[in-house]
Amino acid sequence: MIKDSEGVIIKTVCRLITPIIQLYALYVIAHGHYSPGGGFQGGCILAASFILMVLAYDIKEVKKRMSEKLNTVLCSLGVIIFAGIGLLCLILGANYLDYGILHKILPVDPAHARSLGILGVEIGVGFTVMAVMVSIFLNIASGGKHEEEGETS
Amino acid sequence: MEIMDFIISKYNYLIYIILMMIGFYAMIAKNNLVKKVVGMNIFQTAIILFFVSTASKKGGATIPIIQYGHGEATDIINTAQYINPLPHVLMLTAIVVMVSTFGVAIALLIIIYRKYNTLEEDEILNILKMEDGK
Amino acid sequence: MIENAPALIVILPLIAAPVNLIIGLWRKDLCYLFTVATLSACVLLSVDVLVTVISNGVITYKLGGWAPPWGIAYFIDHLNAFMLIIVSFISLVVSVYSKKSIEKELPDKVVHFYTVFLLLVSGLLGILITGDVFNLYVFLEIASIAGYALIAIGDDRAPLASFNYVIMGTIGACFYLLGVGYLYISTGSLNMADLSELLPGMYNSRVVIGAFAFLMVGVAIKMAFFPLHKWLPDAYTHAPSTVSAFVASTMTKVGAYVMIRIMFTVFKPYFSIELIPASAILGWLAVAAMLFGCIRAIAQSDVKRMLSYIIIAEVGYIVMGLSVGNRMGFTGAVLHILNDAVMMSCLFLSAGSIEYKTGTRSVHNFAQLYKKMPLTMAAFTIGGLSIVGIPPTCGFFSKWYLVLGALESQQWVFAATLLISSLLTAVIFFKVLVNVYFGSQSSADFESSSGHGTVVMDEAPLSMLLPTGIMAIGVLTLGFFSGKIISNVIQFTVPGGF
Repeated sequence: MIKDSEGVIIKTVCRLITPIIQLYALYVIAHGHYSPGGGFQGGCILAASFILMVLAYDIKEVKKRMSEKLNTVLCSLGVIIFAGIGLLCLILGANYLDYGILHKILPVDPAHARSLGILGVEIGVGFTVMAVMVSIFLNIASGGKHEEEGETS
Repeated sequence: MEIMDFIISKYNYLIYIILMMIGFYAMIAKNNLVKKVVGMNIFQTAIILFFVSTASKKGGATIPIIQYGHGEATDIINTAQYINPLPHVLMLTAIVVMVSTFGVAIALLIIIYRKYNTLEEDEILNILKMEDGK
Repeated sequence: MIENAPALIVILPLIAAPVNLIIGLWRKDLCYLFTVATLSACVLLSVDVLVTVISNGVITYKLGGWAPPWGIAYFIDHLNAFMLIIVSFISLVVSVYSKKSIEKELPDKVVHFYTVFLLLVSGLLGILITGDVFNLYVFLEIASIAGYALIAIGDDRAPLASFNYVIMGTIGACFYLLGVGYLYISTGSLNMADLSELLPGMYNSRVVIGAFAFLMVGVAIKMAFFPLHKWLPDAYTHAPSTVSAFVASTMTKVGAYVMIRIMFTVFKPYFSIELIPASAILGWLAVAAMLFGCIRAIAQSDVKRMLSYIIIAEVGYIVMGLSVGNRMGFTGAVLHILNDAVMMSCLFLSAGSIEYKTGTRSVHNFAQLYKKMPLTMAAFTIGGLSIVGIPPTCGFFSKWYLVLGALESQQWVFAATLLISSLLTAVIFFKVLVNVYFGSQSSADFESSSGHGTVVMDEAPLSMLLPTGIMAIGVLTLGFFSGKIISNVIQFTVPGGF
């Protein structure tokens, strides 16, 4: 049962810190192909920012910003971005997930195009992981009853 | 003394086997379903530990990141200085699989709890036996 | 041949699953048509791949353009192409069947059902097509997790059965991962063709033998081989009827394919049969599986539970064929994979139709059911005759090759057990079919849509009848074409050492 927490300090600090956490998560995603980081790690941190808001406020408050429909769309969008970039390489004439061929549509040389291709799929992975983590948490915290008030059985 | 040499030189394998057996024991012998799921988590984590521990190299190998900042690589890389990055990448996938399986297991536990109102295995089996007997 | 067909076979269902989720948010009725369209495209691509492999030989496809062993390579030979057709065709047939059945059993979960179903199909096709042991683990887990979710939305006892399956399936997959880990640290490569060249120098090392043991136990859990079969009857009985029909005909056979790959492609036949007594152990366990499956099946009154125990016996047949180690036995085992997939789908689809129309699964209530549903019971009868092994159904031909293989390697006990288990399956189906065709009317307990004393014919709807009929016709015609199948496809799958 996650009720509204009383303290003003908790609410204010969480409100201030959440954008910083999300910025850090985007930093981790953007550096995944070049240094430590990546899609899965960044996606988890993005999800952690939403879970922090749930712990500070009520589930219903967070559901106003991240409804189940938006979650579903984001989850599908991430997988479509990943598989879509692979299909794009297939359409342009190379094997599946052969990012080097992307230099035909992007103004860089093939080696650079591989690097940008991996960045693209990492962004897709980040979306999906965030959506799935938030959805797991919201489902378990509300005991499976998404539509009603968040009560455990 | 050979046994001590054996234990000290291969300590990572012994640790992962001990962890794996703890998780395996929890999956089999504990009655509470949540403890079984926790045992499953420990089991999978032990395997991840095994893979990652095989990536390190003797002689002070460091993380596989080249320290020259953004720009072209101008020197030849001595691979013995950097640890093997492939098992780490494989284990990223295994961690994702672990989290997904954990999510499915916990969702199943919620449905089971709502149906039988208990999470102890012997009580659930008793309820099933009484249902069959009717 | 379409240049990128190997990748497209796996990618089409994988990208169709999230697209299906978005389509479902917009309009629910389109999900069924989208799924059927995607799976039809997969069947066409599999036929294309099989024709290319038969005429040109082995296909190699490098994912991402990286050559092996740095990259993942798909390496399609006759065995892969053969199994791809089986799984994609059965998935198409079951998805056509699923419309009415899912609307009745799971009315508010249609969109999510089709999404997870497409993910399951994509995982199974990926297992069959890949040539890299770690990629196989990834697809194995995709298929398993989708399977856990699909089985759990069945009837009352389904969540508990699926939880049991989660625990055991995870142990199996983790043992497989351990085996892959040991192989990697001893050879440094993850590609199957590369491993088969690097390993023969190391057959005496304990690490490699340990890797083989872990891989075998992991795969045995996944395909419900005798001592590790406990999860199968509960999971397949309580799942929705569409899901039962699909997983019963494909998942255990895909597990048998993985076992063939490990025993005969990664490790040469010399290792699996002569160096360590793996084949002897597997053979004796297969004997136990055959007897145990048939004897337990006699005692069941729930038709789906009875069929699930027969699956355990069928897995025993396949492994026995692999373990005798000669050409006849291997041919029989691979032919039995095909025949068992078709027979089991036919039987489970007809059992699902019976449950849709009459609401009961207990065989005691099947009296005089042939008057109400003649076509469905005809399909059930054909499937039953095929399991017993009566010519000209397909089951006869695969059992013929298995018995010949057992006799050729002088394993008299194996051959005798094969014949005894055929007799036991005859007892099982005799019991059911006598009740169906000659049972007394007063013991019938099903809801009849007519209010009169006589029973009116009330068949299952056409979208459920057509797939069952196709599978039953398949059981008959595959028997006639067994010779052609063996001479064109199966004889090239036999590994070189035989």
